[in-house]
Amino acid sequence: MERAWHDAGLGGGRSGARALKNTFATVLIWGAFLIALIPLVWIMWSVLSKGLHPILNITWWQKDQSGVGAPGFDHTVRGARHAIVGTLLVAFWTSVIAIPVAIMTAIYLVEYGAGRVARAVSFMVDILSGVPSIVAALFVYTAWVTIFHWKLIPLCSSLALVLLMVPVVTRSTEEMLKLVPNELREASYALGVPKWKTIVKVVLPTSMSGIITGSLLGFARVAGETAPLLLLASYTPYLNENSFSGIMAALPTMINNNFANMSGDQVSADRVWGAACTLILLVLVINLVGRLIARLTKVKS
Amino acid sequence: MNSIEVTAPESTKSGRRPGDLLFGGSAAAAGWTVIVAVVLIAVFLLAQALPAIAQDHVNFLTSTDWAPNDKPARFGILQMLWTTVMSSVIAVVIAVPFSVAIALFLTHYAPRWLAGTAATLIDLLAAVPSIIFGVWGFTVLAPKLVPVQDALSGTLGWIPLFGRVSSVSGGTTIFTIGIVLAIMILPIITALTREVFSQAPRSHQEAALALGATKWEMIRTAVLPFGRPGIISATMLGLGRALGETIAVMFILSSLPDGAPWSWSIFGGGTTFAAKIASDVAEFTPGVGTGSYIAAGLVLFVLTFVVNAGARIVIERRKAFSE
Repeated sequence: MERAWHDAGLGGGRSGARALKNTFATVLIWGAFLIALIPLVWIMWSVLSKGLHPILNITWWQKDQSGVGAPGFDHTVRGARHAIVGTLLVAFWTSVIAIPVAIMTAIYLVEYGAGRVARAVSFMVDILSGVPSIVAALFVYTAWVTIFHWKLIPLCSSLALVLLMVPVVTRSTEEMLKLVPNELREASYALGVPKWKTIVKVVLPTSMSGIITGSLLGFARVAGETAPLLLLASYTPYLNENSFSGIMAALPTMINNNFANMSGDQVSADRVWGAACTLILLVLVINLVGRLIARLTKVKS
Repeated sequence: MNSIEVTAPESTKSGRRPGDLLFGGSAAAAGWTVIVAVVLIAVFLLAQALPAIAQDHVNFLTSTDWAPNDKPARFGILQMLWTTVMSSVIAVVIAVPFSVAIALFLTHYAPRWLAGTAATLIDLLAAVPSIIFGVWGFTVLAPKLVPVQDALSGTLGWIPLFGRVSSVSGGTTIFTIGIVLAIMILPIITALTREVFSQAPRSHQEAALALGATKWEMIRTAVLPFGRPGIISATMLGLGRALGETIAVMFILSSLPDGAPWSWSIFGGGTTFAAKIASDVAEFTPGVGTGSYIAAGLVLFVLTFVVNAGARIVIERRKAFSE
């Protein structure tokens, strides 16, 4: 009988009030988690239930929006190939520029940096990660259009997104490089290997899977960014695969273009939800692949 | 631990190996690129914003007019400042308690088999692009919040903050965007807080339990005080994210018509710095026109800079103290 009281946390020196507070806290904490899941489930449900239907049509992936008519008068959803290709191309060019810079910055911070310059670089990486995407886009606009008077090209969006991707990949690469055991570096130096070769041949391969994960997560993040596209890219219904001239569409700008007519016109609504569904599936798949790589190839320390 | 303490071998010949110079130089160059990029952002924005502000005929900081293309140009950021700060504050006030609770859940309450999946689910919320929050918020959430807003302004309407606003219908208010922003910044604050809580010294936690504390008492005395700087820092980073959010605000928040009376209510419309810049991009006219928007962008940059630098200082002070 006394044992039952002990197990229930009551009696034997533990007051009922304390046990009650404990249970209350547990309930609140579990409740907070379950409540936080509600938006995730709700958003996924909304996007999938309204967006899966347009994207299951093969036209969505094969054709662009050529021949699109005025809202309310156009009865076919048409395709999103131009937007899908555009999103992937913009993110590709961003990665090509950002990933090498980020990896070298991380290498500098971990392997070379000591003293004021390294602290300044680390501080600036933090600041850059907090810069809103609209400010980065405004900066590229200011430099490209206002100061140099050049015509905007699709690559400009990638340049703005580089400013957003570098801090993300730098931080995750930094974490991965720090995880490499010092003994590996010491062994390499003891064998007479120069510092740069140690980094390239020993440290980087050891942390490569983590670097790949960080890069994939950065890629997914910039694929979904809209603000730079609004400022630096217009929308076109035609497929354009040249990043150095013309106008290139992307999934977010396709959504933006059709958003205003959503509530009145089912075709516009289908385009919006279809593009949203495509975008979220693209981002989630890349995220899950990145996390899977991380989990399967962790550095055992 | 910042840099590796081991020294690399110097060449037996005079000077350093060319490979080291080249590689080390490239690494340093990459680091300098980051510094230069941030400095350039500040410089370029300042250089374009100041001439525009000089031509402004009303006070840039205290006026609510926004007509940069008029002659004479009039533009002031007070309305945008209020809406930006208010929506972000609402977001933080809602998100932080949830984030702390979820971080505690993930580190202390979740059973082992659930913890990994739960963490991934919360991180997936962070991966959802903001434009999707914008579309979902406007079409699905805002209409559902109208009865909530009516109830709140019905009972608390005597407080100016919750006053009834008749010009905005359909739930596209600062209140709604505050909730959507809260959902967007929750995963960020949770991830950082989770890291801090998982580093709370186990010996303290076990000592508390050994002395007979309940689980909640243990957390309250051994985990939360340890994590307080981390929570503050994470909150500031979340605030910074909310301040800069563009597309979700653009889609959800209905803007006020020009010359609308000043309202303290969170159930009204408005626009934030980011949303204003993005939605007016078609009206960028060279000179004062573009300059006014660049000035608004500069204010936003300064705001987020201050918040992020503050977050870093809070964390640095804690680190210096404990190491």
